[in-house]
Amino acid sequence: MSRFFKASLSGALVLAFATLAGGTAWADGKYSGVGRPATRAEIHAWDIDVRPDFKGLRPGSGSVDQGQEVWEAKCASCHGSFGESNEVHTPLIGGTTKDDIKTGHVLSLVKGDAPQRSAIMKVATVSTLFDYINRAMPLTSPKSLSNDEVYGLVAYLLNLAEIVPADFVLTDKNIAEAQARMPNRNGMSTDHGMWPGAPASKGGIGNGGKPDVKNTACMSNCKTEVKVASLLPVYAETAHGNLAEQNRAVGPVRGKDTSGKAAAVAAAPAPLSENAAAAKLANDNGCMACHGVANKIVGPGYNEVVAKYKGQADAEAKLVAKVKAGGQGVWGAVPMPPQGHLKDGDIRSLVKWILSGAKAQ
Amino acid sequence: MADQPTQRGRVRPAPENFLTETDIIAVKEGRRDFLRNALLTASATLAGGATARAADGDPNILTLPAWTTSLGQPVAARPYGLPSQYEKGLQRRESPGLTRMPQVSVSFAPLQGLFGIITPSGLHFERHHQGWVDIDPSKHRLMVHGTEDGFVRQPKVYTVDDILRLPPVSRMHFIECGANTGMEWGNVAVPTVQYSHGMLSCSEFTGVPLRLILEDCGIDWKKAKYVLAEGADGSSMTRTIPIELVQSDEVLVAYGQNGEMLRPENGYPLRLVVPGVQGVSWVKWLRRIEVGDKPWATKDEAIHYIDLMPDGQHRQYTSVQECKSVITTPSGGQILLDKGFYNISGLAWSGRGKIKRVDVSTDGGINWRPARIEGPVNSKCLTRFNIDWVWDGKPAILQSRAMDETGYVQPGYGQLRAVRGSKSIYHNNAIQSWKVTEGGEVSNVQVL
Repeated sequence: MSRFFKASLSGALVLAFATLAGGTAWADGKYSGVGRPATRAEIHAWDIDVRPDFKGLRPGSGSVDQGQEVWEAKCASCHGSFGESNEVHTPLIGGTTKDDIKTGHVLSLVKGDAPQRSAIMKVATVSTLFDYINRAMPLTSPKSLSNDEVYGLVAYLLNLAEIVPADFVLTDKNIAEAQARMPNRNGMSTDHGMWPGAPASKGGIGNGGKPDVKNTACMSNCKTEVKVASLLPVYAETAHGNLAEQNRAVGPVRGKDTSGKAAAVAAAPAPLSENAAAAKLANDNGCMACHGVANKIVGPGYNEVVAKYKGQADAEAKLVAKVKAGGQGVWGAVPMPPQGHLKDGDIRSLVKWILSGAKAQ
Repeated sequence: MADQPTQRGRVRPAPENFLTETDIIAVKEGRRDFLRNALLTASATLAGGATARAADGDPNILTLPAWTTSLGQPVAARPYGLPSQYEKGLQRRESPGLTRMPQVSVSFAPLQGLFGIITPSGLHFERHHQGWVDIDPSKHRLMVHGTEDGFVRQPKVYTVDDILRLPPVSRMHFIECGANTGMEWGNVAVPTVQYSHGMLSCSEFTGVPLRLILEDCGIDWKKAKYVLAEGADGSSMTRTIPIELVQSDEVLVAYGQNGEMLRPENGYPLRLVVPGVQGVSWVKWLRRIEVGDKPWATKDEAIHYIDLMPDGQHRQYTSVQECKSVITTPSGGQILLDKGFYNISGLAWSGRGKIKRVDVSTDGGINWRPARIEGPVNSKCLTRFNIDWVWDGKPAILQSRAMDETGYVQPGYGQLRAVRGSKSIYHNNAIQSWKVTEGGEVSNVQVL
C-alpha cells in the first residue's frame, strides 16, 4: 500500500466519522455525500414568502398609527409621506376610488385615463405587499423590519388607499377582510398563451400556449403602402450620448455624431490663421517629431534655426531647398531626410512660419 | 458618386481620416455628394502628405507601421485579457432617464457591434432590482424544501462545492428581459438597437438540471405544481416557475457562463436558467427553491411584469418570450459609408423553440426575401441571420421577420397593438424597422 493511498484512506475515514457525528439520518441517494438535510431553524430563517392564500404568513399585528410612525422614519424619504411621491419611484398610492373597492376593478385602468399606474392600482393581492415589504424594504436595509412593523406598514398603506379605516389594526386573522376590499382584486387575467407550464384546464395557468397575435409569412406585394406610424423624436436622438462613440470605428457603418459639436462647427466655421495652418502642416507632416519650437529634439529647435539664419536675405530660399533635398552636417551627424513629397507652396509656408517664430496662432 | 472607384481593394484612406465634421453634417443633411467631396479632400491631403502619394498606393502599406517594426507586449501583461483599445465604444450603457436609481436599473448590451450569437460576459445586459452583489461562494447555500411536509421527502442544503460535484450540462440559451423593447410600445423612443433591444443576451450556461436536485431531495412529482426561486441579494427576488419546465430538464441551476463562473452581475455563484422565459425568472444569486402547489403572486408577478391590456385587465404570469428578431447591422444611429454591397445581419430567437426561418424586407414590408442562417440553430437560443443587400443610394426601410418551429410568425406593430394596445410595457415582439435616408443615415421608425 502506497503512502498516498494510506493518507487518502484515513482522510476518507475522518470524513465518514464527521458525517456520522452530524447525525445524518436520511437515506443517501444516487449522489452520495452531496448536500445535507436542512434543519427546521434554517428553513424557518429563509422561508419567509407569503402566498395569496396567506400560506407562510406569520402571526402578528400592526395598527395604521404604528405603521405611520415607521413609514415616516424609514419609507417617506423615498415614497413620500402618503406614498404619493413620484421622485424616486413611481407612486404607491393614488388612482383608486371607493367604487373600485366595491367592484375590484380599477376603473381608470379600464378607461385608460390614468397618467401613470400606482402600485395600489395594479396589485390584486395584499399578500404581495406584505411579502415584498418584509423581504426587500427598506431598499438600503432590507429585512430589517420586524414582523409587526410590516403589518403596521401594510395597514398604513391600505388606509392611505381608503381600503381600511384609520383605527384599523391589521392581523393575520383579519388580513383576508382587507383582501376582499383590494381595489384591483379582480383586475388580473391569466387567460393567455404565455405561461410555459400546464394550462388552467389541467390545474395550471393560461390557455396552454395559444398565441393571441397572428401574422403570416407573406413574401411579395404584402401591402400597397408603407405607413410610418412613428419617427424618432429629435430629443431622443441626442439624449443617449454621442452615438458615434457607441459604435465600432471600422466596418460597414459608423455611428452618427450626435454630440452637437458638428453642428456648432458648421454654424461658425472658424478659418485657420496663417500661423495655425502652418503649425497644422508641421504637425500633420511629422516635422514636430524631430524639431521643437523652442528646443532641439533630433534636429534643431526652430528657435535655433531662426538664430542661425537671422539677417540672411536668402534664408528662405536656402531653407526651402534644404527641406526639399534634405541635409546633413549643419546641425550634427543626424541627417534630415528629403521632404520631396511636400508641395512647394507648403514648404514655403512652413519655412516662412519657422522664420517668423513658429507661433501656434 | 459615379466617378468614385468602386472596385474591390481600391486605394482609399479609411473614412475616419477624411470625413471632416462638415462632411458629417452633410451626411446628416442627406447630401449625397458628401463622399465625393470627402474623397477629393482626402486626395488633396495625400498629395501634400508626408507619408506617401496616393498614386503609389496606401500609405498603410507603403510605410510599415510601428506594430510591424517593433517588439510587441509580453505574455500575461494583462492576466485577464481585455478587448482592444479600439473597441471601447462597445459597452453596456444605461438609457438616460429610464430609471432614477442606478441600483434599481438596467444596462443594455451593445447589440449594434456584436457578432454571432454569444454575448461576451462583460457585455451581458444587467437588470438589478436592489443592486448587484459579489457573494463569497464558500458562504453561499442553496436550500430546497417544500411548502408542505411531504412535497420533498428530505429538505436539503447544498454548498457550491456540492453543486459543482453533480453532473452538469452545458447549453446555449438567450435571456431577454420581459420589458425589452418596452419603451417602444407606444411610439419610437430610443435611437439605437442597444436601447431598443439590448436587454437581450445569449451565453453558454453550465449547470445542474434542477430536476436532478429536486429528485435528490425526494420530490413528490404528484404534489408539486410550481417551484419558487429566490435570490440571496437584498431584494431576495422571487418568481414562480412551472413544474413542467423543471420536469423537461430545461431548468438549470447554473454556475458556468461562457466557460468561466457566472459574473457577479449575472448571479455569481448560482443562478436559475429558465430557457425561453423572460429574464426576471432566471433568479440570480439563487439561494432557495421551494416546491409548492400554488403560484405565489410575488411583487415581480403582481405589481411588475404584468401586461396591461386595452380592457384594463393585467395579464399575470406572462412568462414566455415569443418569437422575435431584429436587424443589428445596419441599425439605428448608424451611417452607411457608401453605396453598394452590404451584408444585413441580425438576431432571431423564440421562447417556444428553434428559429425556422427569417425573412428580410428592404422596402418597409411590401416584399420579403428569406435570409441565410449564419450559425447554429439551437432551441431557445439566439440565431444569427444575414442577407445580401446592394444599396442603391435610395431611401429604404429595413425589417426582419422571424418564424419559429411552431409556425408562429413575428407580428407587425399594427397586429400587436390591435390585440394588446400600447400600454403593456412587457413582451413587445413587434417587427423592428430601420429607415435609411439617401445620405445613408439609419434611424428608428415604426411601420404598421
